[in-house]
Amino acid sequence: MNAESNALDFLPIFLTFLVAAGFVVTTMFVTHILGPKRHTKIKDDTFECGIEVQGNARNPFSIKYFLVAILFVLFDVEVIFMYPWAVNFKQLGALGMVEMFTFMAIFVLGFIYIIKKGALDWD
Amino acid sequence: MESSFIIGKFILAACVFGLSLFVAMYSTYFERKIAAFLQDRLGPNRAGPFGILQPLADGVKMFMKEEITPIVSNKWLFIFGPSLAMLTALMTGAVIPWAPTYVNGDTYFPLQVADINIGVLYLFGVVSIGVYGIMIGGWASNNKYSLMGALRASSQMISYELAMGLSIIALVMMTGTLSVREIASQQIGWHWNVLYQPLACLIFIICAFAETNRAPFDLPECETELVGGYHTEYSSMKLGFYLFAEYINMFISSAVISTLFFGGYNFPLIYNYVTDPFWVSVVGFAVMMSKTLFFIFLFMWVRWTLPRFRYDQLMHLGWKVLIPLSIINIVLTGIGMWLTDKI
Repeated sequence: MNAESNALDFLPIFLTFLVAAGFVVTTMFVTHILGPKRHTKIKDDTFECGIEVQGNARNPFSIKYFLVAILFVLFDVEVIFMYPWAVNFKQLGALGMVEMFTFMAIFVLGFIYIIKKGALDWD
Repeated sequence: MESSFIIGKFILAACVFGLSLFVAMYSTYFERKIAAFLQDRLGPNRAGPFGILQPLADGVKMFMKEEITPIVSNKWLFIFGPSLAMLTALMTGAVIPWAPTYVNGDTYFPLQVADINIGVLYLFGVVSIGVYGIMIGGWASNNKYSLMGALRASSQMISYELAMGLSIIALVMMTGTLSVREIASQQIGWHWNVLYQPLACLIFIICAFAETNRAPFDLPECETELVGGYHTEYSSMKLGFYLFAEYINMFISSAVISTLFFGGYNFPLIYNYVTDPFWVSVVGFAVMMSKTLFFIFLFMWVRWTLPRFRYDQLMHLGWKVLIPLSIINIVLTGIGMWLTDKI
């Protein structure tokens, strides 16, 4: 990994952002102006296969999705810890490898725990 | 020097933007042609010769359609969702090296918009923001089907992101860098990473399918259960943005797969014959694009071959198969490199 990295390297990303954002805003604006605008009550209603709408979507949803999101945050943080190690893997040598495998063993233990608890069972 | 650098990069950014749009446009055409071919049909053939003007006709139609915003929706978030999906799709192309660096005497011009030393992390970061585009759009619609589609999409994308991140670690261990340009330039000739990391490559490709919500992982827009999924309420170019973002993501994922695992712009022996700096760049770009187009074809081929997963099968594959496999791959890579005295 080249150590010298300056803010100028990131300038092109900002330029890409300008190009992309310019396109998105222009298109949204143009598409809003073009095209007919004839509103009726039924057309502006939510679409539920043509039958009358029952309530709205601001209801509680399955806890499983929330659980997956929390587990993702938990494991993704651990995965991020592995990146600096992987980049310097060749310099850290065998000792570094053993240390990281210890960390990964703990990671796997947690992983086995959530599977045994049935956190990822969808029935 | 500074202003010429900025102008050069700006032109390059605009070119990559144009390229992404062009390839995505024609991917929609070829998707339908390939589907037609695989199902023994003709596919679009009315607009222009062989129907090659079909993407333009679709684009004009999208622009001219009426924009419908449901009364119960959150108006600004409803607009923000597709914009964000499109924005993130267009920004991922910035770190991909499209051709070898142009070196002619003192002139040195990398054909890559942003040569940052954390390119791989940048890719993951931007792709993660893409989840928000879908989640915000689906939630703001205030439609039960949209919400369910959005929940499925985001929960699928974050699950496969884990396996994707883990599979790349084995690759980073071998390359020792997070810069996409360096990873590409290390794979000279036949030294493609896929030969050293076949398992990581397979996991990465599967995850790329899931991240782009392509079949067999297209549950978020499973029309038999969820009407249209997260974009049920969308119309006009806002719908176009969601559909288009999917194709751009497909293009960029194909480019990333080719760069990280299939040598990018490298091809055996080719640079022994081509030495003129201008043609090196042209040939490199052609090689890179051929690989990318092949993977786009793979995406379509799989879509029209495999049936869709069930949701529990999808989660099972992501969490209980791909994550353990990537961890095993990391351990094997580490031990393998230790045994062969690479560390």
